Amino acid sequence: MTQRDTSYLAVMARKNEIMKRAIGIDYDTFEEGQLAFDYEKMMSETAYSIDEVKRIQAETAVGNTPMIELRNITQLVRAVSPPGKGARIFVKDEACNPSGSFKARRAAVSVYHAKKAGYKGVVTATSGNFGAAIASQAAMRGLKCIVVQETYDSHGIGQPEILEKGRACEAYGAQVMQLTVGPELFYMFLRVLEETDYFNASLYTPFAIAGIETLGMEVAEDIRKIAGKDPDVVVVTHAGGGNTTGTARGLIKAGATQTQVVSASVDLSGLRMASDVDFNKKSFTTGHTGFGVPFATWPDRADVPRNAARPLRYMDRYVTVTQGEVFYVTEMLAQLEGLERGPAGCTALAAAVSLAKELDQDQIVVVQETEYTGAGKHPQSQLTFARQMGITIRRGDPRENKPGECIVIPEALSQIQAVDQDIKHLRKSYISNVIKTNGVTKVSEKEIQFLAEETKSDHDFVCQVLQELGIHW
Amino acid sequence: MGCKVGQWVQIHSIILPAGQRAPQVPEDTQQVPLEMWCKGFALEEAELGEEVRIETVIGQVLTGTLCNINPRYEHDFGEPVPELLTVGMELRKMLEEVRRQ
Repeated sequence: MTQRDTSYLAVMARKNEIMKRAIGIDYDTFEEGQLAFDYEKMMSETAYSIDEVKRIQAETAVGNTPMIELRNITQLVRAVSPPGKGARIFVKDEACNPSGSFKARRAAVSVYHAKKAGYKGVVTATSGNFGAAIASQAAMRGLKCIVVQETYDSHGIGQPEILEKGRACEAYGAQVMQLTVGPELFYMFLRVLEETDYFNASLYTPFAIAGIETLGMEVAEDIRKIAGKDPDVVVVTHAGGGNTTGTARGLIKAGATQTQVVSASVDLSGLRMASDVDFNKKSFTTGHTGFGVPFATWPDRADVPRNAARPLRYMDRYVTVTQGEVFYVTEMLAQLEGLERGPAGCTALAAAVSLAKELDQDQIVVVQETEYTGAGKHPQSQLTFARQMGITIRRGDPRENKPGECIVIPEALSQIQAVDQDIKHLRKSYISNVIKTNGVTKVSEKEIQFLAEETKSDHDFVCQVLQELGIHW
Repeated sequence: MGCKVGQWVQIHSIILPAGQRAPQVPEDTQQVPLEMWCKGFALEEAELGEEVRIETVIGQVLTGTLCNINPRYEHDFGEPVPELLTVGMELRKMLEEVRRQ
């Protein structure tokens, strides 16, 4: 074997070549000029139809999870809502998937495709539930699996939530490579792909997103069966954008075009993601704004040339909740509904409790996921760790929550209040990123149309932003 | 203390030394190395702190510094958190009151 240069810059310079071998998609064929690409063509030509995805997922017992009405929580929410308000709250119990989260849906399609395309193994770079999902699916289909995780700070201290996810990967027979903080996770990932010739089981390929479409479709079908109508609002825990994108696409494919899609993240504003010092001041390692905002406003920062997760195309609203609010509703879900589930997956539940207060009693809000819980991935372990890291924990008004300094557990259900983020600002920020990254000075009518689709906005909005940026068309 | 051939161990390695990190990393991260840990079966005897080759569960052979023999998972359920302990009782009481009305 020839000795390759493994320095950071040398490996990054081989990125495109490594990616092409490791995914087998020639992304160049979808590019259209200086900034646009044909998203729908990429999704339809590279991935599988929703019927094929259903069949693939059925082979490994993924999907068709229970839809559970949270009657006790709904009753309490009504007690703290204005008269006539307090929508019915449902949860799709995705923890029932083989690896304990909705990520099994994404992994099922990726691993199926890797096997079909003749790869001997799969590699994924994630500190989240996706690692366990890939490892579990690889075990079922007889492929080897490597998971590269960002786990520790420079003192070798790891987030309990991530340590547990690493353990789960090992339980499913994966080789887990645990790194300290830093974006070079991607560099190490490229090195592993290059050395092994395994498949890049990225969270952001068309396969991974097609896998979530069945979740959106099931949500629509389940609620139609139970209530004879479409859900009014579906709340999605939002990090890298795949969950929002795939769920919304599935709802649309099911014909539920009037359902409002609300993305929800835990507010971690002020904490820097690649910082060694800030790393362990977070008490959530996913579902937070540290991923949610940058991935919405610049999806192509991902580990593939064109990210199939493009949440701004689908998001109707983006709200944040605090760490303390999520721990509180996680406890509520266990104590009132008898469902002990992981905190990160309850991010959307915290938002749903707040949104239900605005909606009429005959309306329906669906939380579209739960995740498994266990040692490490549990309010007690995460709060114990936070305390060890010097974070103050107290009861009080969740508005006093300060990421990295103080976690405030609400004193009452009535205090739970999701905060709307300025979605127009996110859309502007996306357009600005596209223009700046591509060094564009003039755009065509077709490109304006592309930017409008990318941001779920319209011609006028895009032109107004372009004007502010000093770009001609 | 050392490991025997075939024992389950953990190795550590420096992937990028401090100062050779990616250009975009923040200053605090720039000052520390990128480190990696991995587990597998020792292919040779070694003392803690010595270089050792391992075979991982998928058959890859990796080299690093022996840092742990038969490593255990150390994460747990944490300590009972007083701020959360009463939440369930409060909510159940509230539910009873709502139902009485």
